[in-house]
Amino acid sequence: MTSTLELEPTPQAITVLRTKGDRIFRGILIFGGLVSFLVLAGIFGYLAQSAAPVLQAFGFQFFTDSSWYAGDGLLPSEGSIDPPTFGILPMLWGSILIAIISVGIALPLGVGIALSIVYLIPKRTVFGFTLFIDLIAAIPSIVFGLWGFFVLVPHGILWAEWLNEKLGFIPIFSVQFPAFEQSPFMAGLVLAIMITPIVAVVTRQIFALVPPDLINAAQALGGSRWTIIRDVVLPFSRGGIIGGAMLGLGRALGETVAVFFVLQLFFDEVNWYRILESSGGSVASLIIAKFGEAGALEISALFAAGLALFVITLLANAAASLLVNSSKAKK
Amino acid sequence: MTITTTKANSRKPWDATDSVYRNQQLLVHVGTPLLAALVVSLTGIRGGSGLFCTWLVLHLITGALLAKFGRRKYSIANSSMQVLLVASLIIFVTAAMSVLLPVFTKGIAAFSSNLLFQDASTVEPDSVLTTGGILHAIVGTAIIVLFASIISIPFGILAALYVTEVRGRLTPYVRFFVQAMSGVPSIVAGLFVYAALIVSGILPFSGLSGAIALSILMLPTVARTAEEVLLLVPDDLRSAALALGATQRKVVRMVVLPSAGPGLVTASILGIARITGETAPLLLTAFGATTLNANPFNEPMSALPIYIFTQMLLGGENDVARAWFACMVLMIMVGLLFGTARFLVSRSGLK
Repeated sequence: MTSTLELEPTPQAITVLRTKGDRIFRGILIFGGLVSFLVLAGIFGYLAQSAAPVLQAFGFQFFTDSSWYAGDGLLPSEGSIDPPTFGILPMLWGSILIAIISVGIALPLGVGIALSIVYLIPKRTVFGFTLFIDLIAAIPSIVFGLWGFFVLVPHGILWAEWLNEKLGFIPIFSVQFPAFEQSPFMAGLVLAIMITPIVAVVTRQIFALVPPDLINAAQALGGSRWTIIRDVVLPFSRGGIIGGAMLGLGRALGETVAVFFVLQLFFDEVNWYRILESSGGSVASLIIAKFGEAGALEISALFAAGLALFVITLLANAAASLLVNSSKAKK
Repeated sequence: MTITTTKANSRKPWDATDSVYRNQQLLVHVGTPLLAALVVSLTGIRGGSGLFCTWLVLHLITGALLAKFGRRKYSIANSSMQVLLVASLIIFVTAAMSVLLPVFTKGIAAFSSNLLFQDASTVEPDSVLTTGGILHAIVGTAIIVLFASIISIPFGILAALYVTEVRGRLTPYVRFFVQAMSGVPSIVAGLFVYAALIVSGILPFSGLSGAIALSILMLPTVARTAEEVLLLVPDDLRSAALALGATQRKVVRMVVLPSAGPGLVTASILGIARITGETAPLLLTAFGATTLNANPFNEPMSALPIYIFTQMLLGGENDVARAWFACMVLMIMVGLLFGTARFLVSRSGLK
């Protein structure tokens, strides 16, 4: 009697014998999946190979020295009379400084916009406004370059003068020479407007993931808009917000032409903190500025600079995607 | 015994806002900007940014007063937050409009029909705007973008198909590398193609070199959007097709790809919009030219972003006017691509 009852269906693993066509097809897909890895490895390999002459000659000092002098393009070991020296610390730090300034502006702005979209502006305008933000995010960087030089700088000079006059006693707003046109501050402003949409879009996606139950519960407990945002929304989405900021940071580090026209490159000394001073650095701008008339050794140095930029942005982006994904996975 | 009642909102009895509350709100939120304008006109504060800062400070104060002494009490932090959120919107919208408006006002001001139909070979340093044009750059952009699409769209879709169809052990790594690739700085993509193809003599400075550099930037955009689209295809469809005896190749070709078709077009268009304005990699690979060159395999080629960049370096009044016009053309191209993509998105139900 009981034996018939034991015939409950149990899940069975089905092994499929794939046809030859299918195996080839899957092979193609696997290759497609690996293309991004191959490209990344290729970028690293080719840049490292091309940078090798300079990295071998200058060693780690290439990243800690402050100078950019092409000389006669020969290494001392090749009998150089006018030996070149390459050190990109001012450029590396300049890139990082600009990126920090831009994220420092874009992060509060972007989070403010994302919060406004979710909690402030009328629901009917949300669609149109997000479309507007997406459109701004799609503006090519060269347009920002043109805008920065012709539209922003005339205003930015006034702001910089004001900051220097009123707050000059704070070291970061002090200057050695009162020329404000092409400072890290200016470059940071241009980049801030470029990456604000990115930060806003990412944070808004994260805010949308906050469980409505939590918000309703907070409201039922008498929470105001501010306390709900402070105690529910922001703690829940902290990782995602930081991730969005890191994405913006990665974009800001690698940006070239938007910065090129609003930044004076200065190779011989690191401008550590004087953000209003017309001397700064940017690895990407360095490459564009020197590429045209560079000899073989200088090109190799530019590749080494590019390699450093590649590694830094890769790290920033990897950290960003880990943070955003883990924040999304919490849902 | 008299019962005093505040006149409640008759249409929404649950809504506690009465006319006193609403009038107070109106007074503060409309009155403060007017007050700020008054203050600015009477004192030495100048300029739009001066007006903005005055308004911000005043509104923080009046908002706090309203929160403390108004009809309905709430915390000062609450009112301050709302003012700051409005301020962030104002800053962003002002900045964004200050980017968009000059492109169109200065672009239209520089317009003359020859700009669209001639190349720059006849342009001397101080030529007037009625000589020469940007045809070579428009053609160059079209060719470079076309070739970049031919290279990166298939690979992007293959990468997405790997994630959604094969679902092998490598899936998280493929996702990770695609994301990492989307963070490659554009100038690094240019350097890579320069080192791998141009220095080694495989390709000259040419449109194709530029297209390969751009395809590196385009691939991750296509792959990520395509993945989202392919994930929307219901698994039931795949199972049904497999149960009918289809091979996986046939499932993908006859079920998955057709049903995801419009979404894949969107993914491709978003990728194209992403690269149309890229400048830095093209400077190192396509190099730029002043004459019309429709051959992507040989000779340097111009493109709109390169053209704008070099015009800005020249820096003369007419050069810059041409740059603004080229900017407008570029923005219209990007805007059209973007609009098409959004239109397709809204029809396909993709988020």
